Amino acid sequence: MTRPLSSTVATYLARRARWTPLEIAFWLLAAATIYLLPGRHLILTEIAILGLFALSLDLILGYAGIISLGHAAFFGFGAYCAGLLAKHEIITEPVVALIVSGLAATVLGFVTSFLVLRGSDLTRLMVTLGVALVLREIANKYSELTGGADGLQGITMAPVLGRFRFDLFGHTAYIYSLVVLFVLFVIARRIVNSPFGLSLRAVKGNPLRASAVGIAVNWRLVAIYTIAAGYAGIAGALLTQTTAFTSLDVLAFERSADTLLVLIIGGTGYLYGGLIGAVIFKLMQDWIANLTPQYWQFWIGLVLVLIVLVGRERVAGWMAPIRALIGRIGRRARRADALGASPGQGG
Amino acid sequence: MGLNNKAADGYDRDSTIGCPPRSFRKAVRPALKGIILTILFDGIAYGMLLFVLACGLSVTLGLMNFVNLAHGAFAMAGGYITVVLVNRMGVPFLLGLPLAFVVTAAIGALFERTLYVHVYGKSHLDQVLFTIGLVFMAVAAVDYVMGSSQQFVQIPQWLQGQIDVFGVGVGKYRLLIIIVCGLLTVALQLILTKTRFGSRLRAAVDDQRVARGLGVNVNAVFGLTFAFGSGLAGLGGALGAEILGLDPIFPLKYMIYFLIVVTVGGTSSITGPFLASILLGLGDVAGKYYMPKLGAFVIYTIMIVVLIWRPQGLFARPVGR
Repeated sequence: MTRPLSSTVATYLARRARWTPLEIAFWLLAAATIYLLPGRHLILTEIAILGLFALSLDLILGYAGIISLGHAAFFGFGAYCAGLLAKHEIITEPVVALIVSGLAATVLGFVTSFLVLRGSDLTRLMVTLGVALVLREIANKYSELTGGADGLQGITMAPVLGRFRFDLFGHTAYIYSLVVLFVLFVIARRIVNSPFGLSLRAVKGNPLRASAVGIAVNWRLVAIYTIAAGYAGIAGALLTQTTAFTSLDVLAFERSADTLLVLIIGGTGYLYGGLIGAVIFKLMQDWIANLTPQYWQFWIGLVLVLIVLVGRERVAGWMAPIRALIGRIGRRARRADALGASPGQGG
Repeated sequence: MGLNNKAADGYDRDSTIGCPPRSFRKAVRPALKGIILTILFDGIAYGMLLFVLACGLSVTLGLMNFVNLAHGAFAMAGGYITVVLVNRMGVPFLLGLPLAFVVTAAIGALFERTLYVHVYGKSHLDQVLFTIGLVFMAVAAVDYVMGSSQQFVQIPQWLQGQIDVFGVGVGKYRLLIIIVCGLLTVALQLILTKTRFGSRLRAAVDDQRVARGLGVNVNAVFGLTFAFGSGLAGLGGALGAEILGLDPIFPLKYMIYFLIVVTVGGTSSITGPFLASILLGLGDVAGKYYMPKLGAFVIYTIMIVVLIWRPQGLFARPVGR
C-alpha cells in the first residue's frame, strides 16, 4: 500500500512514455507516404521541416510556457550556418553539417536564454522579437557574407552520407527530412517524459510553487530553451540543405508568427500538435494559395482571429473524440500488457 | 611620437594632398555643427511622431494589461485615409489630419466594442495571436484595396522646403510635426492631470479593482481611451506618411518601434513614453546617419539591454502588481 514515492513516479513516467498503437500508426503512415505519395515529396518535405520547427516551439511554449515571437532567430541561424558550411565547403557532408548547424543554434539559444528569464510575458515577447530582428538586421547588412536581400546563392549540396544524392523530385530530401524529424521527435519524447520534463510542467503550472518544492526554475528554463533552439536550428539547416538556398525570409517575423499558428492549430503540449498543425497548415496554405496567390496572409490572419474568438480550448475540444480514442486504445493495450505480464511475475 | 604613429597607419601620408587647408577646416566646423543640429531636429521630430503613434498603445497596455500588436494597423489606416481624402477627393491637407483622427478613432471604437472586448480576459498568448491575426488581415486587405506600392500624401506647397532657424536648415514639414505633436502632448498631459476623465483613467491604471469599487466605469473609460488612442495613431500615421513611408507592411515594420516606446517608457505615465520616444527618435536618426552599416541594429540592442536591465521600463515607477 505504501509504496515509495519514487517507484510510483517511475511507474507513472513509464506509463506515460509507452508508445500507443495510434502513435505507431502515425509514424507508419508517415513512412508509407514515401511510397504512396511519390509525386508530393516536395510539399511533404516542407511539412516535415515546418513540423520540426513547430515541435521545437512546442518544447518552450507547450512545456515551459514561454511565449516567443522570435523563434525564427534560431531557425534562420541554423539555416545560414548550413548554407555557409556548404557554400564555402567547410563541411560538405550534410548530416555532419546539420549537426554542426544545430549545435551552433544551441549555443545561440543558450546565450540568449538568459534574456527570457526575467520579466513578464510582454518583456519576453519583446526580447525574443528583438533577438530575431537583430539577427535579421545583421544578415541584411553583412551582405558580402550572407548575400543580403538576394539570399545565399550558389550552394551545392553533397550527397547525404556520401551516398544519397539530392534529386530534382525531392525523394532523397523527403526521406532525409523524415528520418531527421523522427529521430529528433523520439529524443524530444524522451525528454518530455523524463523527470526533467515533468519538472518543466510544474514550472509552467506555477513557477513559484515549483521553486518552493526545490526545482531550479531558471536552469530548467535555460535548458529547455537551449534544446528548443537547437531543434529550430536543425529545422532551418534542413530547409537550406533540401532547397540549396536560403534568404532573409528564414529570419522574418512572419515565420515566427506562422509557426505559432501551426502550433495553435495542432494544439500545444503533446508534441504531435506541431506535426499535425504543420500538415493542416501546409495543406490550407496550398489550397488558399491556389485560390488567391497574393492574399493568403489575409486568410491566415482570419484563422488566427477566429481561433482566439472561438477559444483555443474549444478548438482543441473538437479533437477530443480523437484523443479519447487514443486514450482508449492506449488503455486497452496497457491492460493487455498487464494481463500478459502478471502471470509471469506470479510464476 | 604621435606624428610617427600617424605616418605608420597611413593616415598622415596623404596629408600634403588630402588634408584640407586650415581655412577650409574652419569653414567645415559650423557645417558640422549644422549637421548635428539637423540630426537633433530631425530626431526630435521623429521621436514626437513616434510618441503620438504609440501613446495610445501605452495606455491600453497599462490599463487593461492588453498586448495590442495591431496598434500599427490603426496608424496605417489613418495614413491611407489621408491619402484617399487628400489625393483623390481634394480635401485640404490640414483638414485631412483631423478627419484621419476622427475616422480612425471611430474604427478603433468599433473594433473595441465588437472584437477586442472578447479578448481582454484571455491569456497573453491569445492576445498576441489575435492581434497578429488582425495585423495580417489589415496588411493583406490594404494590399488588395490600395496596391502594394508606397503611397505619398500630397503636401501643400507652403509646407515643402526648408526655412533657416538660427542658421540651421529646418524642414518646414518637420517643424509642423513638432508643433502639432508638441501641442498634442501638452493637451494629453493636461487631460490626464486636470480633468475628471483623466483622474478616472489614472485611477483605473493604478488599480483597476479599487477604481471599479469606487464607481469608475472602467470599461467605458477603456473604450474611450482605446478609441482616442487609435485616433492618435491614425493622426500620427497621417502626419508620418511622408517621413515613415506608407505601404501595406507599415504595421509590421513599425510594430517593434511602438513596442520599444511602450516597454522602455513604461506604462504608468505619459512622460515615460514621451522621453522614450524622443530618445528612440534621436538614437535612430543619429545611428542611421553616423553608423549606416549598423542601421537599426543599435536600437534593437539598446532595447534588449534596457529590458534586461529594467524589465519594468526605464522611466516606470515600480508598481506593486
